Amino acid sequence: MSELTGVDAAGTSDGQVPVGVAFRALLARDLYVLRHNMREFIPRTVLQPLLLVFVFTYVFPKIGQGIGGDGDAAFSTMLVAGVLGSVILFQGVQSVALPLVSEFGYTREIEDRVLAPLPVELVAVQKVVAGALQCLIAALIVFPIAYFVPATAVDISYNWPVLLTFTPLACVAAASLGLMFGTMFDPRTVPLLFGIIVVPLTFLGCIYFPWQSLEAIPWLQVAVLFNPLVYISEGFRAALTPVPHMSLWAVYPVMVGFTALFLWRGISGFRRRVLA
Amino acid sequence: MLGNQLRTGGEEGGRRVQDGRDPTIDPTRPGVHVSGTATDTVTDTVIETIELTKVYPGGVTAVDGLNLSVRRSEIFGLLGPNGAGKTTTAGMLTTRVVPTSGRAVVRGVDVWKHPARAKSLIGVVPQSNTLDRSLDVRDNLVFHGRFFGMSPRVARAEADQLLERFRLTERATAPVLALSGGMAQRLMVARAVMHRPAVLFLDEPTAGLDPQSRIAMWEILGELHTGGQTILLTTHYMEEADQLCDRVAIIDRGKMLALDTPEALKASTGIDTVVTVAADGDLSALAALLLDGIDGATHATVVEGNVQLEVRGAAGVLPAVVELADRHGHRVSDLSVNEPTLETVFIKLTGKDLRE
Repeated sequence: MSELTGVDAAGTSDGQVPVGVAFRALLARDLYVLRHNMREFIPRTVLQPLLLVFVFTYVFPKIGQGIGGDGDAAFSTMLVAGVLGSVILFQGVQSVALPLVSEFGYTREIEDRVLAPLPVELVAVQKVVAGALQCLIAALIVFPIAYFVPATAVDISYNWPVLLTFTPLACVAAASLGLMFGTMFDPRTVPLLFGIIVVPLTFLGCIYFPWQSLEAIPWLQVAVLFNPLVYISEGFRAALTPVPHMSLWAVYPVMVGFTALFLWRGISGFRRRVLA
Repeated sequence: MLGNQLRTGGEEGGRRVQDGRDPTIDPTRPGVHVSGTATDTVTDTVIETIELTKVYPGGVTAVDGLNLSVRRSEIFGLLGPNGAGKTTTAGMLTTRVVPTSGRAVVRGVDVWKHPARAKSLIGVVPQSNTLDRSLDVRDNLVFHGRFFGMSPRVARAEADQLLERFRLTERATAPVLALSGGMAQRLMVARAVMHRPAVLFLDEPTAGLDPQSRIAMWEILGELHTGGQTILLTTHYMEEADQLCDRVAIIDRGKMLALDTPEALKASTGIDTVVTVAADGDLSALAALLLDGIDGATHATVVEGNVQLEVRGAAGVLPAVVELADRHGHRVSDLSVNEPTLETVFIKLTGKDLRE
C-alpha cells in the first residue's frame, strides 16, 4: 500500500467549513439519491392520487354513481385541491419521516450526517428543505393527473399570488410534519404512523368536501380545525379553483403557526435523538 | 515489523505552528512525530479533556472526571473492558455525547462551545457501520468530501486516490451493503480521513473483524500514523493497544487508572514473568500454595480456569511449579510462561480480567 498521509493539508487551518457549503452539499446528496430513485419515486407518488381521481371522477360518472352533489364537474374541480393537498402531506411524511426512522433506528446512518461540519439543528432543517422539494415535485407530477383524468372538464382559475406563496408554505409545512413524526416513531411503531395518524388526517382533511360544507355537522367542522391538511386543501382551493373556500386570513396564519410548531418539535426531537 | 514502523519518531517537540500548519506533520516528511518529550506546548496538545464527566439519566456515571491530553501525531489508546466509559469519552470528544460537566477540547476548539468547528477538525470511525446505504462505495467518499467543502471535481479525484490506497478501487461502484466487514471498515476509515482531520477517532476499530482484516486494519492505522496522523482509538483488545499505541490510558468504570507507554505500563507491574498453570483440583488452593512456595512469586489469581502466577526473577520456576503442585495432589495439564501484558497490568489494577 502506498503511504497514507491523512493530515492537515486541506487548507482548513482554522477548522471551519462555511455552514452554507456543508448545507448545500447535504442537500445535493439528497437530490442525487432522489434522482437515482426516480423509478421508485414516480409510481409511489402517482399511484394513490391517480386511483383516487380515476375512481371518483372517471369511473363514478361513467357508471352513473352519484357523488359530490350538484354535478360531476363541480366535484372534479373541488377534488383537485384536495388531491394536491393529500399528495403533499403524504410526500412530506414519506420522504422525511420514513428515512429518518430507519436512519435513527437500525442503520444509524444519521450518525454520519450529524458529523458534517454544521450545527445539528441545520442537519434537521436540511432534511425539511429536501423533503419540501420532494413535495413540490410530487405536486407538479400529480396536478396534470387531477386535471386531465376526470371524465368531465375541471374548472381551473389560477390565483397566482396565492399559488406561488401557498405552495412553498404547504410543502415546508408537510416536510416539517415529516421531521416531527420521524423523531417520534421508531421502526417498531412506524406502522402506527400511517394506520392511526396519516389515514385519519387524509379522510378528514377536506379532500373530498370543502370545509364550509361541514356546516351541516358543526362538531366535525370544529374538530377538523386541528388537522393541518384542512388548511392545505382549502389553500389550494383558493389558489386553483372558483370553489368557495375558508378565508385566507385564517389559512395563512394557521399554516405558518403549524409550520413553526412542527419545526420546533421536529428540531428538538432531532437533537434528542442524535445527542446522548 | 509493524511495531518498528510505528515507533520511528523524531524528537520534534516544542516546534511551533507556522502559518496555521504544524511542521511536525508535514506529509512530505513521513515518520516525523512527537514522542514523549518534556517540551509539551499548547500546539503539541491536540486533544485535552478537563474533568470530563458524563452521568446518564438514571444516575449511571459513565465517565468520572477524566483528564487526558493527547499529543500531536501519536496513537493514543483508551483501553478498558466493555462499559468502562471509552465510547462515552470518544462521544463527548466528537460532539455526540453531551458532557454533564468538564470540558473537551480538540486543537484548541471547545467541542461543546463550537461543535460545528470541532466537527471540521475530527474524523470519526464509529463502532457500527454508518455508511450511506443509498450511495455506492465511491459516492460515499465523494459526498463526504463535499460535506467538508471540497468541490465535486476535487472530491471525485480524492475519492479515487483513497479507493486506491485502501484497496477498494475494484468495488468502487458496489453498493455498500455488498462489502465484507473488513472492506466496510476500510471504507469508513477512508471516509474519516478524507477531509484531513486533525484527529482521527476510532471506536473499537477491529471489533468483529476476522484476524486477517484486523491485521490489515492495523497496517492501515500504522501507515496513517507514519504519515503523522494523530489517532485516538478505544479498544478492549490488549494486543491492539500494545502493538499500535504510543501511549495507553487504562480506564475502568469511568476513571483513568493508569497512563503511559505500553512498555512502561508493563514494567510498572514490577514482575518479569507470568506463569499460567492449568491443573485439576481446587485452583484457589493451588494459587495460595504457589504464591507461598515459589521464590519471587508476587501475586497469584485464578483467571478463566487457570492459575496465573506473577513472578519476579523467574529462573527455574517451571520445574518448581510442577513439583510443588504435584506434591500437593494437583495434576498439571498445561504450563506456559509469558512476559507481562497490558492484561496483567489491568488485572493488577482492578483485580479483574479485561473480558469480564
